Amino acid sequence: MQLESMYQDIILDHYRNPHHKGLREPYDAEVHHVNPTCGDEVTLRVRLDGDEVADVSYDAMGCSISQASASVMTDLVIGRPVKDAMVTGDEFLKLMQSRGQVEPDEDILEDAVAFTGVSKYPARIKCALLAWMAWKDATAKAMEGSDA
Amino acid sequence: MSIDVERIRADFPILTRTVRDGKALVYLDSANTSQKPRQVIDAIEDYYARHNANIHRATHQLGEEATEAYEGARIKVANFIGAGSETEVVFTKNISEGINLVAYAMGNAATAGPEAERFRVGPGDEIVITEMEHHSNIVPWQLLAQRTGATLRWFRVTDDGRLDLSDIDELINERTKIVAVAHQSNVLGTINPVRLIADRAHAVGALVLADGAQAVPHMRVNVQELGVDFYGFTAHKLCGPTGIGVLWGRAELLETLPPFLGGGEMIETVAMEGSTFAPPPHKFEAGTMPIAEAAGLGAAIDYLNALGIDDIAAQQNELLAYALKSLTAVGGVRILGPTEAEDRGTAISFTLEGPDGREIHPHDVSQVLDAHGIAVRAGHHCARPLHRRFGVTASTRASLYFYNTTADVDALVEGLRETQKFFGSA
Ligand SMILES: Cc1ncc(COP(=O)(O)O)c(C=O)c1O
Ligand SMILES: [Zn+2]
Repeated sequence: MQLESMYQDIILDHYRNPHHKGLREPYDAEVHHVNPTCGDEVTLRVRLDGDEVADVSYDAMGCSISQASASVMTDLVIGRPVKDAMVTGDEFLKLMQSRGQVEPDEDILEDAVAFTGVSKYPARIKCALLAWMAWKDATAKAMEGSDA
Repeated sequence: MSIDVERIRADFPILTRTVRDGKALVYLDSANTSQKPRQVIDAIEDYYARHNANIHRATHQLGEEATEAYEGARIKVANFIGAGSETEVVFTKNISEGINLVAYAMGNAATAGPEAERFRVGPGDEIVITEMEHHSNIVPWQLLAQRTGATLRWFRVTDDGRLDLSDIDELINERTKIVAVAHQSNVLGTINPVRLIADRAHAVGALVLADGAQAVPHMRVNVQELGVDFYGFTAHKLCGPTGIGVLWGRAELLETLPPFLGGGEMIETVAMEGSTFAPPPHKFEAGTMPIAEAAGLGAAIDYLNALGIDDIAAQQNELLAYALKSLTAVGGVRILGPTEAEDRGTAISFTLEGPDGREIHPHDVSQVLDAHGIAVRAGHHCARPLHRRFGVTASTRASLYFYNTTADVDALVEGLRETQKFFGSA
């Protein structure tokens, strides 16, 4: 049934028990992003350690897809070089824009492949992308800050 | 005569289609936009197939027929809302444009002649709205306040979803230029005491605009009895097409209100140095208007009149009482707004908790309902301040119209139970 293709068990698990949730100190940049269609909101902080993502902490309100996506994302980016994490982010963006037409690269996306079903529902794509967009934005701000 | 829903449903082709792999459509999103009966669809097709021409300026038979379709719709609207004359009926693109028309025209009053004096807004003046407005009746006033230096103030909403009138005499005072209020809330369903507010506003010399987008589809409206100065609605919510709305204004006000959009058809004479304007309503209708849509709106009004607007209201009230009772019987449902059918329309917004007591987000609720063929709306329904007032960012809204049945309500209740099951199992 269609519902199960969107709400994969992985998504429901992350939604019920989100990873890395809560706002933590210290951090290099903080952003607040909203998804106007759904009212999802996320406040997200990034701490960098040189070229590495040292921590991503967040406070999110919203639907199961947006919350689960934030949780999966933190698993995928924390502790990795920013460059590699960005590659994963780009791959995720590509997947979400695919309307379910591309075969996701499980090596890169890991648990995030569970969102493949979401890409078939235009109204929910923004939910899945919200945390990723916030993370990219916060990371860019953090890198600007460290250049200065 | 009462409403025979089964017979009526046969007029709406869309109600027989299936969605999401063969599920029967249960359409509970009419406050967003209503479905269209065959009679309206046919009127639009007939207009294009047989009468299409531009209006007022075409000097041939088709032009006459098109003009008649358009101006005939204006007369139908005037009769439908109890206007003194059809010259008080201005066609717009939708109600959002109607409200913007008044707000921008008031902004233009500063540079118009002395006849526009009473519309002038400036620093020290106040504009009053309410916390339960649709964004369409908030943002144009915020923009007017920003442009003119006026202050925006608002009525608060009580816990049971009614306007808090306790400070009305302070809120509406000698500094008030205009009061803009929803006749019926698109989220809470609340029907507001427009007459009472209008009387207070007029006692201090303020103008009154009522947003009738949700009221006109559901009840008999008489703009003169309401005592307002401006009244707007939008055709697509009363079985008419998208692309056309109505702004009614009292004749003497439309005479002196400065124009909003400039262009063809709204003028009297144009010289390079300046122009004079056509009398209302044409002064406010620049450019080629939605002619086929006007024909469709006329057909929609004919359709509602044939059913009987009072019979529609009675049927809606009965269905509403059933829906409120059924929904409150679902554990975990919290209704925003009045839980009794009195002074209330058929938009029902609510939040839903799962068996674990955790709220299931409205987008997830609507997704599960959609998988069962049930169309509702999830989000803030263009009323973010109101949702904030109730401590939530979003809600699920089921809204009913006369083609809905108790079976539709039962399907919703069943769908909500399924939703709880789906998100509840760990
Ligand atoms: C109370 C109210 N006002 C204004 C509007 C705006 O209507 P439209 O989008 O047709 O301008 C709506 C509907 O969305 C409404 O429910
Ligand atoms: Zn969402």
